[in-house]
Amino acid sequence: MTKSALTVIGAKPLPEDTHSCWSCGSMRAAHFCESCGKVQPPAPVDYFTFFGLMPKLNLDVPALEKDFYELSRRLHPDVNARAASLEQEWSLEKSSMLNDAYRTLRDPIKRTEYLLHLEGVVLEEQSKSATEQARATGEIKKQIVPPDLLEEVFELNMQLEELRMNKKMGDDDPALLAEIGKHKDALEAKHAALLQELQTYWNAWDSLIDRSQAGNPAPVEERAQVTAKMLDVLNRRNYIRNLVRDVNAALEN
Amino acid sequence: MATDHIVGIDLGTTNSLVAFMQGETPVVIPGDDGLNLLPSVVALDSNNQPVVGNAARNSLIETPERAVYSIKRLMGRGMEDIQEELKLFPFRLAEDLQPGEVLRIKLGDKTFTPPEISALILRQLKRNAERFFNGPVTKAVITVPAYFNDAQRQATKDAGRIAGLEVLRLVNEPTAASLAYGLDKKQNGIIAVYDLGGGTFDISILKLHDGIFEVVATNGDTHLGGDDIDNLLITIALDDISGDLGADLRRNAEAVQALRKAVIETKIALSSQPSVKLDIQLPGGLRYQREITREQFEQLIQPVIDRTVGPCKQAMKDAGLKPEKIDEAVLVGGSTRIPKVRALVKELFHREPHTDLNPDEVVALGAAVQANILGGGSKATADMLLLDVTPLSLGIEVAGGVTDKIILRNSTIPASATQFYTTQVDGQANVAIHVLQGERELAKDCRSLARFDLKGIPPMAAGIPRVEVKFLIDANGILHVSAREQRSGKEAEIQVQPSYGLTDEQVEGMILDSFDYAEEDFRRRQLIEARNEAATILSALEKGKKSAAWGQLTTDEKKQIAKMEKALGAVNAEDDYQAIRKAIDALNQGTMRLAELMMDTAVSSALKGKTMDETDLGEGPTAPHPMAKAEFE
Repeated sequence: MTKSALTVIGAKPLPEDTHSCWSCGSMRAAHFCESCGKVQPPAPVDYFTFFGLMPKLNLDVPALEKDFYELSRRLHPDVNARAASLEQEWSLEKSSMLNDAYRTLRDPIKRTEYLLHLEGVVLEEQSKSATEQARATGEIKKQIVPPDLLEEVFELNMQLEELRMNKKMGDDDPALLAEIGKHKDALEAKHAALLQELQTYWNAWDSLIDRSQAGNPAPVEERAQVTAKMLDVLNRRNYIRNLVRDVNAALEN
Repeated sequence: MATDHIVGIDLGTTNSLVAFMQGETPVVIPGDDGLNLLPSVVALDSNNQPVVGNAARNSLIETPERAVYSIKRLMGRGMEDIQEELKLFPFRLAEDLQPGEVLRIKLGDKTFTPPEISALILRQLKRNAERFFNGPVTKAVITVPAYFNDAQRQATKDAGRIAGLEVLRLVNEPTAASLAYGLDKKQNGIIAVYDLGGGTFDISILKLHDGIFEVVATNGDTHLGGDDIDNLLITIALDDISGDLGADLRRNAEAVQALRKAVIETKIALSSQPSVKLDIQLPGGLRYQREITREQFEQLIQPVIDRTVGPCKQAMKDAGLKPEKIDEAVLVGGSTRIPKVRALVKELFHREPHTDLNPDEVVALGAAVQANILGGGSKATADMLLLDVTPLSLGIEVAGGVTDKIILRNSTIPASATQFYTTQVDGQANVAIHVLQGERELAKDCRSLARFDLKGIPPMAAGIPRVEVKFLIDANGILHVSAREQRSGKEAEIQVQPSYGLTDEQVEGMILDSFDYAEEDFRRRQLIEARNEAATILSALEKGKKSAAWGQLTTDEKKQIAKMEKALGAVNAEDDYQAIRKAIDALNQGTMRLAELMMDTAVSSALKGKTMDETDLGEGPTAPHPMAKAEFE
């Protein structure tokens, strides 16, 4: 077997994780045996570790994709279709984890949310289902309007209300539609800008990881500061996304 | 040598096919009528024996109450899902059907569930393959529409089991088609597969990367296809007939089937001709004639084919791709022969679609490729790997009747999600979980997959138990659920019972019900094998008679052999495989001395400096006994 990038990935996890292949006795890689190629039993690891990565947020996505393809060739149930039933089970579990990990890490927002989750930070549930659920159960959902948006949101809500009234009456107001459209564009631009803001905190986070790698771990408070800032960006971003969705819905209806 | 032949099966709405990899090329296995397509029609003959395919197709017109077609539309569906179908298709449901029960269709006075009817089609394909290989076929890859939900997939898998097939994998039809295409041209790029069949529509967008076929998005409509076009044409004809001829034939199954046959022929002809004359002799001496131009036809079907646009656009949006980014568009399914459909695909993807492979066969060929991959692969399929996605989001009903999505559509499968549950009252022992599939926000608008209880939670104060439930969608797109109470470590495996499915016991029962068929299959196979063996020994004997050794036998010995040869010939014409075997054994015994003499001749020729090849054995047997038992794959 050629020594690919993957065997390096496999070898990376902590030293105590290293033991011999259950099947052929050779020293194991984390996912499959370097020697006989057999799938190894699944271990509960986080998505970064699964790919042999440090929990850093600046991530080489093309390299991740390459590793994803290579690991798929080893772990996918189709490749292990003729193995014993236990091995097939492992293959199913490991390839589902591979797919879950890849789907999460390749997306900048999901990756950040996942890291926050690992750090024990609870995200404000802003999904549509959460909103619907809150509405259905009559629970008051906390919607913190980001301060820099207060004015804009206020104005937009007025206009959306007017639009709804117009629609009820069957009136058409092109000027109002243009105004709403302008707000929408501004919100979308802000939405994009927030991703850039998020990336500056990625750099801060990654340097903390580098420091702890170099044997100089950052104090807990410092980590918490960075994650809090990322959380703030994500919450604002979600808020804007929901707003844009409401605008679209109002325009379509 | 007995090799396992894993076949690829396209279980279609209109036609079904079975294929396998012959060397490096996938090929379709024809039926005993020599045709590649087996019409997906099942009927009961006058002895209440099921017949499948063209034989059953005739019965659609002659005894429509004993036949069924397009059964795929009912797979994995409940009574409330099929009200629309019932208006358009002559499905006769059992009268005693209870709500929530698996559908049962009447054929004559017997009833069958949709998986059982599909199993009859699968069994016919299995037989065709067994005849072709002259050996048993027990493993298969079966294709399903990419947009099939969990219940429809489960029903297909059940059908395989009932037919005596181990279903190694369910593969999505458009993905299978891409495998067949990808085999000739191993290239990288983005392809769109537009699959408009008899009853289903799928669109899949794939990224090809060094042999990895990665589906990035899929969408579709499991109730859209050529059937809908046929129904439009039939409706027009029926309206015409009641208007012009003053006869209401809507309730006349025989007449409707005759019309159906005629409009299908017209539809097909309109793909190559600008205008076609419909001319049907109807029961009661009526005659219906009408000229249909392609232009009229295209206007008529526009609303049907327009329904494929939304899914295509959604799939491109989900894939994050503009049409310019699509490198190739591939057409699959018989309905893509319609020029108007081709024009639509060209417009959607900004390029001329590929039609190199027969759109009726390409899915089965791709299934054969996947079967080969699962069987260990070959030179042709080395490095090929399929990464498919789940077409629909998986969700859980949460408070307020809202769906909480836990695995989003277009996630690569296998995929998993873990949820934590707790109790709401002290000492609560059960937690009910409702699993849903679909994109809508409210549970009532999604498809109910299953309800199940987490049972035996140890008595604890409300909110203390922490039950971890793991949802896993396997490579077939079928959901598995397992649960564990974390504080007690108690594990509970839960089998999800689809809301519209058969239980394991029911499936088992159906396999047993068809045991007599299995017996019949076995006899049939034994007969084929015995006859082949008889042919082998008889031809070896012919060769022996021409050898020098023949002259060394006594007249009596020759007479004995001739008698046994005649006996074998006689039983060979009958259907009793055991009698044939007995005659073979007798002839084997009776020709023992001939075989020995032939061996001696061969050896002495070798001593005289001749090689075996040069003796008068010709290309005759070289085994110790020339009448060695035939071996079968």
